[in-house]
Amino acid sequence: MSSETKQILTTDGIPLEVSLKKAERKNKIKAFLLVAPLLFFLIITYVFPIGDMLFRSVDDKMVTQMLPKTFKAMENWDGQELPEEEVFAAFHEDFIKLVEDKREGKLSTQLNYTKNGFKSIIKKLRRASKKFEEGNYKEQIMSVHKRWADVEYWRAIQRRAPEFTGQKYLKGMDMYVNEEGKIVSVEEDRRIHRVLWLRTLEIAFFVTVFCFLMAYPIAHLLATLPMKYSNLLMICVLLPFWTSLLVRTASWMILLQQQGIVNDFFVGIGLVADDNRPEMMYNKTGSYVAMTQILLPFMVLPLYSVMKTISPSLMRAGKSLGGTPFVAFWKVYFPLTIPGIGAGCLLVFILAIGYYITPALVGGASGTLISNQIAFHMKSTLDWSFASAMGLMLLSGVLVIYWLYNKIVGIDNIKLG
Amino acid sequence: MALPKYTEPHYRIWHYIYLTICGAVFFFLIAPLFVIFPLSFNAEEFLSFSDGMKRLDPDAFSLRWYNDMIYGTKNPWGLAAKNSFIIAIFATIGSVILGTVAALGLSSRHMPYKGLIMAVLISPMIVPLIISGVAIFFFMAKAGLAATHTGIVLAHIILGTPFVVITVTATLSGFDHSVTRAAASLGSDPVNTFMKITLPLILPGVISGGLFAFVTSFDEVVVVLFLAGLENTTIPIQMWTGLREQLSPTILAVATCLIILSTLILVTAELLRRRSERLRGINR
Repeated sequence: MSSETKQILTTDGIPLEVSLKKAERKNKIKAFLLVAPLLFFLIITYVFPIGDMLFRSVDDKMVTQMLPKTFKAMENWDGQELPEEEVFAAFHEDFIKLVEDKREGKLSTQLNYTKNGFKSIIKKLRRASKKFEEGNYKEQIMSVHKRWADVEYWRAIQRRAPEFTGQKYLKGMDMYVNEEGKIVSVEEDRRIHRVLWLRTLEIAFFVTVFCFLMAYPIAHLLATLPMKYSNLLMICVLLPFWTSLLVRTASWMILLQQQGIVNDFFVGIGLVADDNRPEMMYNKTGSYVAMTQILLPFMVLPLYSVMKTISPSLMRAGKSLGGTPFVAFWKVYFPLTIPGIGAGCLLVFILAIGYYITPALVGGASGTLISNQIAFHMKSTLDWSFASAMGLMLLSGVLVIYWLYNKIVGIDNIKLG
Repeated sequence: MALPKYTEPHYRIWHYIYLTICGAVFFFLIAPLFVIFPLSFNAEEFLSFSDGMKRLDPDAFSLRWYNDMIYGTKNPWGLAAKNSFIIAIFATIGSVILGTVAALGLSSRHMPYKGLIMAVLISPMIVPLIISGVAIFFFMAKAGLAATHTGIVLAHIILGTPFVVITVTATLSGFDHSVTRAAASLGSDPVNTFMKITLPLILPGVISGGLFAFVTSFDEVVVVLFLAGLENTTIPIQMWTGLREQLSPTILAVATCLIILSTLILVTAELLRRRSERLRGINR
């Protein structure tokens, strides 16, 4: 017997190790090629566009490109006193060009975002600039309106020089950069976005809690009943699951309206007076009730699939060892269902935090969520960069939860139906 | 769940409370759907039960809203239904092909970076629809596909593939790979093996993933709201507009049809699931 290890060769004389590695790599490539079409499709149509949103949300080239000479001239300006003639002349040159292209309106809108009061003085400047004489632009521009002689307004213009800005993110949290360049919050009564973020979290949290409280008992019942009954009851969970979201929202709109069935019932049992029917729709109550019912199946299904695997003999063992049914439940059964609880709660929370359709229909003004605000800016104000910024803020929150979900449940353990 | 005879009274009471709670939750889940049925046959224009309906007077019921849904001149339901079906069918075909092929690769044990790739493939299901809508809109606008059927179909393929990937991967987890090796050793090429051996075995998973993709597309409104022009209106968009502006009973007639459709899909999905479990049981 030779003591040295001889390389094992395959029949065609190549060392086995090399041959195996080659086969392994071939298999890897084969597997990857199968995934590649979908992966590249998603990267092009989905992942890149989300990156594009990131770019749009910080993009602030518009003003930079409208006033190129001004910003060049401003490079030497310290921002303390009014700028020199050089800056005014450059600004005048840029401005005349904008007026020629009929783009001075866009400039005034943009500058007005930074500081209120630009709209009117730009209009005045346009009219006056037609009669401007060559030379000494500083005097001429300052004579148009006293704000043009105010250094604050020139500082506001200077703040728009960078090509990229984080101000949309600050705006999403009701903050802005003030004249001194510090980040401060807007006045108390104008903090609309913070209210929306908090309300979104609050509604998502309570909807998750309600779903959990309602889903736990029925998932337990479904998992412990004999097959033929549980299959029948399962339809009650699966039919809403498969039914159109809009149909389910419509049914809640019918039920919750002031002359609706729920109110009729409350009047019928004497809970409320007929002339004093409560508003249950177009407010938070509407959002809570409808979202809880719509998301309930997403809680029941993961709980059920976990409970199904728990052997009933464990509870019997707990009881036979002297535990009361409650103790047996709390010490034996409940801990075993925690993976299901985690999966269900995270799933419902993720879905609830991004909800759009149902709050828009039954939520009214006090029951709308951050998604509705994003849609509003996409469709009505057309401030797409702000919509992108808020979308990404929401997305980063969801990704944290998604990551948690992956850690706790494992993304390939998602079960459907 | 009959209680044993020796159960103490307070546990007996607790048990009945538990059953009552369960009953109430089931009622909460299913009852709202059944409000729509009778009201869609309302002879009047109100969305509450008229006195005649409460007395079960036959005159209080009519098919006028179904009539309006089909023949109403102002109602674009016909166009919407046509668009919805065309979009959903093409989106389903696309999702099923891309998703199934990807699932085959993913369940191979040689697949590198499995976790990361899976996370990317599933992400359209996890990312809030409004964000998907914004992102997809930016892409389609750049590609010149906004307000076209093609654009909407592509968007729905994005949203539908995660479901196909998940269901098919789940089916493949119980798959006995020695049968494909047997086929290969008998001289079958990979495509032939897939068509003759693998596909028939994973078909239930593929079809149920396809059903998910179909329903996702058929029911999808957020992304379509960003993408659709007047020509591309779909049933969900029409319902959305209808529900925002005024609740007309015609919407309830449409909703009833949709509930019937979803019942059919549910039954198919359930039958497939059981068949799939049975098949996988044999394979083990």
